[in-house]
Amino acid sequence: MPRIIKQKIEFEGRIEEREVVIEGEDLPVWSETERFAVVGTPVARVDGRERASGAARFTTDQYPPGLLHGAVLRSPHAHARITRMETEKAERAPGVRAVLCAANAPRIPWFSGMSWLFDPELRYVGDEIAAVIAEDPEAARDALDLIEVEYEVLPHILDAEEALRPDAIQVHANGNIVGGAPERYERGDVTKGLAEADATVALTVRTPDALHHSMETHGSVAAWAGDQLTVWDSTQHIFGVRRHLALSLGLSMDKVRVLSAYMGGGFGSKNGAGKYAVIAALAARQTGRPVRLVFTRAEESQAAGKRPRSLQKIRLGAHWDGTLTAIDYWGLSNVGAYRAVPSPLHGPAMELYLCPNVRTETTSVFTHTGPAAAFRAPGYVEGTVALECAIEALADQLGVDPLDVRLRNYAPDDQVLGRPYSGKHLQEAYQLGAKAIGWSRREPTPKKPAENGTKLRGLGMASQLWGGAGSPPAYAEVRLNIDGTAEVRLGTQDIGTGTKTALTQIAAEILTLPVERVRLALGDTDFPYSPLSAGSQTIASCGPAVRMAAEEARRHLIDAAASVLEAAPRDLRLESGQLRVVGVPTLKITIPEITRRMGNFTITGRGFRGANPSGVTVRTWGAQFAEVEVDTETGAVSVIKITACHDVGRVINPMQYASQVQGGVIQGLGFALSEDHATDPESGAVLDLGFDAYAVPRMSSIPEIEALAVNVPDPVVNNLGVKGVGEPPIIPTPAAIANAVANALGVRITELPITPMRVLRALGKTD
Amino acid sequence: MDQVVPVAESTHRIRFTVNARPEEVVAAPRRTLLQVLRENLGLTGAKEGCGVGTCGACTVLVDGRAVLACLMLAVQAADRTIETVEGIAQGDPPDPLLAAFVRHDALQCGFCTPGQVMALRGLLRRAPGASAEEIRRTIDGNVCRCGTYLRIQAAAAEVAAAAETATDIQKA
Repeated sequence: MPRIIKQKIEFEGRIEEREVVIEGEDLPVWSETERFAVVGTPVARVDGRERASGAARFTTDQYPPGLLHGAVLRSPHAHARITRMETEKAERAPGVRAVLCAANAPRIPWFSGMSWLFDPELRYVGDEIAAVIAEDPEAARDALDLIEVEYEVLPHILDAEEALRPDAIQVHANGNIVGGAPERYERGDVTKGLAEADATVALTVRTPDALHHSMETHGSVAAWAGDQLTVWDSTQHIFGVRRHLALSLGLSMDKVRVLSAYMGGGFGSKNGAGKYAVIAALAARQTGRPVRLVFTRAEESQAAGKRPRSLQKIRLGAHWDGTLTAIDYWGLSNVGAYRAVPSPLHGPAMELYLCPNVRTETTSVFTHTGPAAAFRAPGYVEGTVALECAIEALADQLGVDPLDVRLRNYAPDDQVLGRPYSGKHLQEAYQLGAKAIGWSRREPTPKKPAENGTKLRGLGMASQLWGGAGSPPAYAEVRLNIDGTAEVRLGTQDIGTGTKTALTQIAAEILTLPVERVRLALGDTDFPYSPLSAGSQTIASCGPAVRMAAEEARRHLIDAAASVLEAAPRDLRLESGQLRVVGVPTLKITIPEITRRMGNFTITGRGFRGANPSGVTVRTWGAQFAEVEVDTETGAVSVIKITACHDVGRVINPMQYASQVQGGVIQGLGFALSEDHATDPESGAVLDLGFDAYAVPRMSSIPEIEALAVNVPDPVVNNLGVKGVGEPPIIPTPAAIANAVANALGVRITELPITPMRVLRALGKTD
Repeated sequence: MDQVVPVAESTHRIRFTVNARPEEVVAAPRRTLLQVLRENLGLTGAKEGCGVGTCGACTVLVDGRAVLACLMLAVQAADRTIETVEGIAQGDPPDPLLAAFVRHDALQCGFCTPGQVMALRGLLRRAPGASAEEIRRTIDGNVCRCGTYLRIQAAAAEVAAAAETATDIQKA
């Protein structure tokens, strides 16, 4: 019996209340002691062969017949108004089929109404001005130079602290603060807590702008067939793109289909429709031909989103034994020209540690720089650097082992919402991770380097707090073919996480089929609805729906076999693809034998994601430990080893779990040591336009990474006991590395990335 | 008069061998080997990650050596022997690197993977028992944003070790 309930849905550090349809009763949660044949085993990626062999077709591999190519003219100014634009020469250039701009494109609102598809007011270097559609990409780019634009250059603001001043240049009519005011939280009395403290520590921390740099750039290929629009999009959210296209183009939703069977990475930058999707669709409609509009790597550096730079100030007060009396946190996030939601920098400070007196104030400000976007645990990576560096500095100051300080401030319950956690195994994560790195080797003060040596080693750690519970709505369908193979369909996305494999394992487990006889299809809005693949929510939202669909198909199989074998369904057991009657060994039938008998009737099942538990907070937890070696002559930091242990509930595929951990740790390593997206402080121009200038980690800088899992199923979070692991592994890495460097050098560097220059400066070897 | 206009940019007919088959394409001089493989021949395994030779996603083999296809003009490939990931996947037997990649989970989104495989195939062609250090140096030219480097190292090491063993058996 379907009912509508109000759910508080937690997503990327924010809580929203939504109404959700719950169609019936959920299945009981898989128990902790349940034994599985396929779930929990390291099955190789079901689409590994397609991806490795180049057979997989990504959005950027789609070349339908008659394809036209688009290129976008972008603002050279951080803040300007277009006073005159002539596109006639561009329109007449060889190969050009259309030029779209404010004069001829519909006035489609963008960025929650703060701007338009082609806004005559430009607010960052790279902001879209016009698009040229031509027979080939070179003709399109050549024609960009023929568009004549005159600008009224306006004063711009690039610095977040300046943007806070009352007399600052305003980026938007409603002011420079996202949401209109800082986000504040308070419990207890911080002033009293600081006064009571035996010791206090204060740190100022800066983290840089960081770019996602997914290997496949942003882009769409749009094609019309009559009034039906099909768009291939490199996206984490096919249903979001579909809805946005329908709204923007004034179409009914059934006229729009979005496809993303394979996509080359997103990390949060592809959570919704880009302007390129709408432009491609408009141009395809106008020209009557398919249109491809894909970012170059340079555009990926300007207009694809970024993790916004932060300035954070944190003060901790504690007793001599390290137990906290106060946490006072202030954070500033520079989100660029457009961002719908503020950065939750304060998340870790608010919740991670047991502390009666906490005050946080976080402000996200607009500036005339590239728009920020969600990037793998937005806000929490930055906030964890501040909190975890402060806690370790406190431990050093008190002469207490930093691991002991974490343990002494362990929060058993959610202090913010005042209720229990559904599960918290952070203690186990600390213990397992510490043992694996050899934490007992850590010396509180740095050793002198060996005779004639220049290298110092150090150990550091950090804790991880995040969501990952998933939520409804999410649906799945299963059907069995006449040959006994199974098909699973759902409109989710596999952005590289291995979702496709994990979901296949769940269906295979229930149906007792080998994984090779289950084919899962995703990435199509013609399939049942799934939420976006972000916020570490896919396995936790879609997995339970797949399980339910498979369970229903299994019940139908049993009923069909019962009828054929003339037994009661309750006397039948399904094992290894065979149904047999309990106690009568001669009465059995295989799945293919049943499905063959069914003729054209296919056995099907449908499943939905049930409601989230109320009255408990669901979190993922973790701890990472880093060992580094610093060369005191060159300033180079080399990470020797990282141990990472996370509590994400039940692990469906341990090999993919470890791959996610490695991937997150490596991105965290880049954030800690080498990634620094540079904007010119005068002009606002982006200075790094690709992999040559923006230093993502490469093979040579990768340490030994040991991925451990607590692997205790969550008892209530969903009918599988799973939580997501996409974001947890990046969160503590930068802080653990920063702490290890501080341990090695005896001096703390609180500005990331920790480049050789910053190390030498901290050692007093250069200005 | 304007309906039929000679196009200013000339094109060339270029002949080369791709995955053991003779191929012929017609392309303007500024078209790269990457563009021609992907758009003229439909071989979309090699990817454009940056277009300027800084990421390795477009790696193919030209006369047995790993080359960044985005930095080679199609006209430069005339008369050469080109191998792409599709070719080594369909080989008889298929390239052991592919199975090793899948076994070791050396891929996530898979966008950089063909380039990784071809870079390693180029290395292992000339140094079948390549060392860990040689493997690391080769892969340094291939960016993986998903962070599969350790898995790639393990997959390549396994294939190199198997080649060493095979050579030892041959020598014995």
